[in-house]
Amino acid sequence: MSEQNMTNNKIAGKQSILFENPPLILSGSSIAGKKEGEGPLGSFFDEIEEDPMAGGKTWEDAESRLMKRAAEKAIEKAGLTNQDIRFLIGGDLLGQLIATSFGIVSLEIPMFGVYGACSTMGESMALGAILVDGGYADKVIAITSSHFAGAEKQFRFPLGYGNQRPLSATWTVTGSGAVVIGKNESKDKNKHKKKEKNVVIKGITVGKIVDYGLKDSMNMGACMAPAAYTTISQNLKDINQLPLYYDKIITGDLGSVGKDILIDLLKEDGFDISSNFMDCGMEIFDQDSQDTHAGGSGCGCSAITLTGYILDKMRRGEWNRVLFVPTGSLQSTVSFNEGNSIPGIAHGIILETC
Amino acid sequence: MNDKNVKAGDVSAQDVIIEHDQDTKGQKYNEYVKKMTPKHSWFLNMLKAFLIGGIICTIGQGFNNLYKHWGATEDLAASYTTLSLVFLAVLLTGLNIYPKLAKFGGAGTVVPITGFANSVAAPAVEFKKEGHVFGIGCKIFTIAGPVILYGIFSSWILGIIYYILMEFGVV
Repeated sequence: MSEQNMTNNKIAGKQSILFENPPLILSGSSIAGKKEGEGPLGSFFDEIEEDPMAGGKTWEDAESRLMKRAAEKAIEKAGLTNQDIRFLIGGDLLGQLIATSFGIVSLEIPMFGVYGACSTMGESMALGAILVDGGYADKVIAITSSHFAGAEKQFRFPLGYGNQRPLSATWTVTGSGAVVIGKNESKDKNKHKKKEKNVVIKGITVGKIVDYGLKDSMNMGACMAPAAYTTISQNLKDINQLPLYYDKIITGDLGSVGKDILIDLLKEDGFDISSNFMDCGMEIFDQDSQDTHAGGSGCGCSAITLTGYILDKMRRGEWNRVLFVPTGSLQSTVSFNEGNSIPGIAHGIILETC
Repeated sequence: MNDKNVKAGDVSAQDVIIEHDQDTKGQKYNEYVKKMTPKHSWFLNMLKAFLIGGIICTIGQGFNNLYKHWGATEDLAASYTTLSLVFLAVLLTGLNIYPKLAKFGGAGTVVPITGFANSVAAPAVEFKKEGHVFGIGCKIFTIAGPVILYGIFSSWILGIIYYILMEFGVV
């Protein structure tokens, strides 16, 4: 195979990449808050932090601490040290990514800061996989976090302020998740000795910013559903498959309202995902007993659901091919106050067992 | 396709997708989302607001009667009542009880003076970490600020109208 061909082979359709040597997910870590720990996925998380401040002094500090722990845990689970990780790709919801900067400073890993709102896990994993398959790094870590109180403070009201949330509102997940991505070198050596399956990133579909003109920041599921629709539809077209090619198609934080809209929109393209669809936001909390309304949201929502729950299901072989689609809404308080609509973005990550 | 005005209730996902004009697509999507989004029952919310708001006002009346019983004049009793309600609301905000009350009672907790007190106390607690000047000082009125500004502004306008009416001997 000539070099020219190798480069071309990675490009799939309009927005997708299929990796030549799909990078391996070496480990995943999930640090969850108390409410998340009490939710249906509680038993899947690595650590549950009961203290909302996580031993820190402010919400922002707390989020940084969660992120640091997630990074350390993932590196430890991969059996590596900080020096083994060539690049860190991470981001969060706070202005200027302060949770990330302050959280990872002591790790001393060269880093790329990324902002994709709640889709950040998808963005950082996509870039990480590109770096690894491109040969620019042998091991990278992709990380993100969110904190309920920090997000409320920045985007909505101080916690003590009394108000009613609409039924379409979502609840920002407190937690941080990280994955260590590395070159897949373990082809034959792991096969007979390990019972668990390996999970690789087979490809990605990079999302476009999609804006259908909705302005309701208390209905973010509906703001992001068109972005998820565009990305999933494009993914299937790019790799020329139907929805049932995947055991699961999993969005980040559309919640119950966004879910219905997404399924509706995809039907118009001839794709029926109603039988294999799942949304991290709807899994992480119990809507009835935890009073979270439409579901969970935030960077941490898709991140810890992936690292805690989804990877576990795949390693056990219950799901073998998953399209993981973290969704983000890209408004700021300024754009919102200035009357702009809320644009959404969604990145698709094709996960496969081997 | 030729009618630009989108009618409520009959917009489907198909209508949204096949629409290519960005503005109309936005309108259609907004209508479609309205149809897909569940809402709180306004009647139940009203009942709860009536109940909680009523209880707060009854407590206020209780204070008022008490202060008058202790010998305060009408004006003085009213001021003491306000002070007492504000104190209670701030205390309950600090104890994280007021937000729970507000979640249940809605407008019933927002409209009385206790809601105003809560909207000042909550930012004070939250932004204390950003310092006494740039934190509490600058941000304490982030929620209550508009109420204060436009409250004073509208009283000023009413004052002018009252003055003019007085000059003409109407009042």
